[in-house]
Amino acid sequence: MTRIDLAGLRVRPAQVWGGVRLVPLVRDEPVEGLRLHREVYARCGATAVDVGDGTTYTSYVPHGLVADWSEPGAADGTGTGARGEAAVYGTRLGDGAPVAAVPVRRLARRRHGEPRLRFLPLHLALEGYLALHFGGPSVVWDEWSRQAVRQGLSPRAEAAYAGWQVPGLAEALRVFEIHPGQCGMVLYVADALAAAFVVPHPEDYRTLHPTLVEDLFGELVHQYGLYGGPVQEFTAALDGDRVHSLAQLRAAADAQTREWAAAHDGLMARDLLETPYAFERVYRAGRFGLYRFLPPFLRSGQEQHIGELITDHRGRTAYLKTFRLSEAQIRRGYLLRRLADCDWHPGRTAEALGTSYAELVARIRRAGLGELLEAHVIARRLRETQEG
Amino acid sequence: MSSDLVAAEDVLLFVNAAVTATGQREFRATAGEQRLSLAFLHEYVRVNYRPLYAAALALDINDHNAALIVEALLRTPAEAEPLEGRLIAARLAKMPPQRVYRVFRALRAAGVNNRRTRAIVRDWLAGRPDLAHDAVKYRPGLKAAARHAHLPLPGGHGGETGDFLFAPGRRARYAQPVLEAFRRARHEQGALYELPFTVAEGFAARHGIPREVFLERMASRMTRLERLRNRPAATGADLSVMPLTRLALYVLSLPFGERRERRAELTGALRAAARRVAGPHAGSWGRVAAVLDDSWSSSGSAVKRRRPLAVALGCHFLLEALAAPGAYTAHWTSGARDPLLVRPFGATPLGMRIVDALEDAPERLLIVSDGWDNAPPGLAGEVLRVWRSRLDPQRRTSAVHVNPVYDADVFDVRRLAPGVPTAGIRDAEDLPALVEIARFAEGRERLAGLRAYLDRRVGLFLGGAGDGPADGPLAVAAEGAPDSPPDGPTDEALRAIPDGPSDGVPDGPREGGGW
Repeated sequence: MTRIDLAGLRVRPAQVWGGVRLVPLVRDEPVEGLRLHREVYARCGATAVDVGDGTTYTSYVPHGLVADWSEPGAADGTGTGARGEAAVYGTRLGDGAPVAAVPVRRLARRRHGEPRLRFLPLHLALEGYLALHFGGPSVVWDEWSRQAVRQGLSPRAEAAYAGWQVPGLAEALRVFEIHPGQCGMVLYVADALAAAFVVPHPEDYRTLHPTLVEDLFGELVHQYGLYGGPVQEFTAALDGDRVHSLAQLRAAADAQTREWAAAHDGLMARDLLETPYAFERVYRAGRFGLYRFLPPFLRSGQEQHIGELITDHRGRTAYLKTFRLSEAQIRRGYLLRRLADCDWHPGRTAEALGTSYAELVARIRRAGLGELLEAHVIARRLRETQEG
Repeated sequence: MSSDLVAAEDVLLFVNAAVTATGQREFRATAGEQRLSLAFLHEYVRVNYRPLYAAALALDINDHNAALIVEALLRTPAEAEPLEGRLIAARLAKMPPQRVYRVFRALRAAGVNNRRTRAIVRDWLAGRPDLAHDAVKYRPGLKAAARHAHLPLPGGHGGETGDFLFAPGRRARYAQPVLEAFRRARHEQGALYELPFTVAEGFAARHGIPREVFLERMASRMTRLERLRNRPAATGADLSVMPLTRLALYVLSLPFGERRERRAELTGALRAAARRVAGPHAGSWGRVAAVLDDSWSSSGSAVKRRRPLAVALGCHFLLEALAAPGAYTAHWTSGARDPLLVRPFGATPLGMRIVDALEDAPERLLIVSDGWDNAPPGLAGEVLRVWRSRLDPQRRTSAVHVNPVYDADVFDVRRLAPGVPTAGIRDAEDLPALVEIARFAEGRERLAGLRAYLDRRVGLFLGGAGDGPADGPLAVAAEGAPDSPPDGPTDEALRAIPDGPSDGVPDGPREGGGW
């Protein structure tokens, strides 16, 4: 699997609100055997989890997702009914006793004996992205500082904005009219692809639509929302000269909807759909697999996303969530990839990049990774190269 | 000629706004945006088309805008036109009293206290059937009005009402039962059941009476609306007298199960209400097709819950009554077939629904929608344009779009296509009148026609036999003729009020200008 495959999902005409464009994705048939639910954690806000070795993992957990892949009709023995695919809603939606907060130790986690997986949206993807930094150098060349060798890049942090911090997004999500059969959405801010979101079932979508406001968005999306103006709506235009009967009028009107879909896939979502991504399977759940993907980190000016998705055995996308990286994040990913390719040897990396040693060091520093370097060794090497 | 056209468009724009806008939150605009937009529109029309601005009081505009117009007219006495006073008085007489008291309080807050204002306050109060009741129910309002207009309150009752408002400690007892009940209700629970519902509510809370017991005993004293709001379960018998749109709102407030169970009863009530509205016109509209918007945006806002959908539902039954028997088809945007079970859901594929509706080759096409067409955007307008220009240039089918939502950004209701007239609508009941107004929006009827129409409405409104368009009040006003008909309170009862300081003196700096 190298590409995101949105087969089975059809594009419907976009709805525009200010600078935000929302493109609905519709399925004819929901994906059988998988349902996604929202899980609202009772203690909203910072959740501290004792990992056990004296450290605690603290995270802000607005809501999580529960994937339920039990076969229809199979008794699952969890006491929530034997129907499978039953909706389990969070404490805010249900009328039963509130479910206690689930300590999320690993970011995708299965409770014992339950055909359900709990995970936090986009954390898998972010983990995957951050893992590029966390590891630190795999071969200890002199240039790497002691800290880099021992701890990798720490603290593990990447800035992201919640949806409600993206100007105009909350209002756009509120006035958005959900299509019948809608299972997903592509979100554009100032006509830049900000995120794609796909779920298996239309009812899941209706439940999860408001959660988009609590999800993570990159700094690029936030800035575009802040500084971008209102975007133009693509309005329909019919060619009156070719219409001689009501049937032709209907055909022309139908064609407008189809044209929109083709224009969207070819023009607006091309980078997302055509870029080859590196997929890594994180979890297997019955017929379904949970993957995270990383972009090729090409410096071609294309948009690049990280994300996670669930596919069925035929490779159809049942669940998808993407996070758009900013230019700085792409640059950092690119640099780390190149370093890893050359076993973290600065000299060879510089050679592979076709630049000088000094330039590579400057680039590492510019990317915010300066503290990984041993300053004295670098200074000596630079002196040597200059004298030589 | 073109300036005429502009004037006609401006006035229609204002009428649309005055019918739909209530300064409350809508699905897509906040209350603040609505008020700001409306304030601008009022000022613009008042300054440029003052006679037409006042004449709008005679139309079916909503009370919020009527109150704004009255306030704006009274604030600017220097530009007053003849007939304004009578229009204001006639409109205030039709408005619910709490709204009128609110206008008076607004005038007081704004420091408007010219002679004309005082005369209007005095005459309106003189027309109230029972001031003692008002003194209890609208105490702050009446107090403010009386104080502001320097009115001695009616002495016919021994000055009791005045004492009640301004010197509550002076009397140990009141002769008027409602004042006496109010006095006693502070101490004894039994007395509060003789008071108006809203007043009794406060006392009941103070005495700690359980809500259920209170509502049960109060039932006979509640108004129809109060019953509907507080005891909807017990209103079964009332359905037969409820107005169409309110009935539609009531039906939409019920859960699906109950709607299904009471299908026969609810449908019957809706049909009956629609027939009452249609009156003599029932069955006279020929073949009718309707495109009705039940998309998510028809859910309105927290303060106007489901209003656009209720208007669509009301129009559905009204059109059914107006169309020839069996010659009506409805096309809901969601594809719903059962009007009783509609709910706001989904996108708005208006364009395709209009094509569906045109397939029945109707004589009249009616579109009820908030004007946002998003699947794909603008298709409805394109379909209507191409259809009009290519398939129906002879105008065999008349198309009208009615829109229940004021759009603050465009100072009007949103239009679908330039060739299709759009009218604002607040209650489904107004549909026939609005279709009449909408023809002015097509641009074929110019200002003269519109003015004649308004003259006729003003004539009807003021109780005169509809004046001919040529010598109607607006025609006179437009020509600036100084000899306006002498106006003033027409009702003899108004004369019975004790004299205020300025009674009977012609008002205003303008010669011969009414009040």
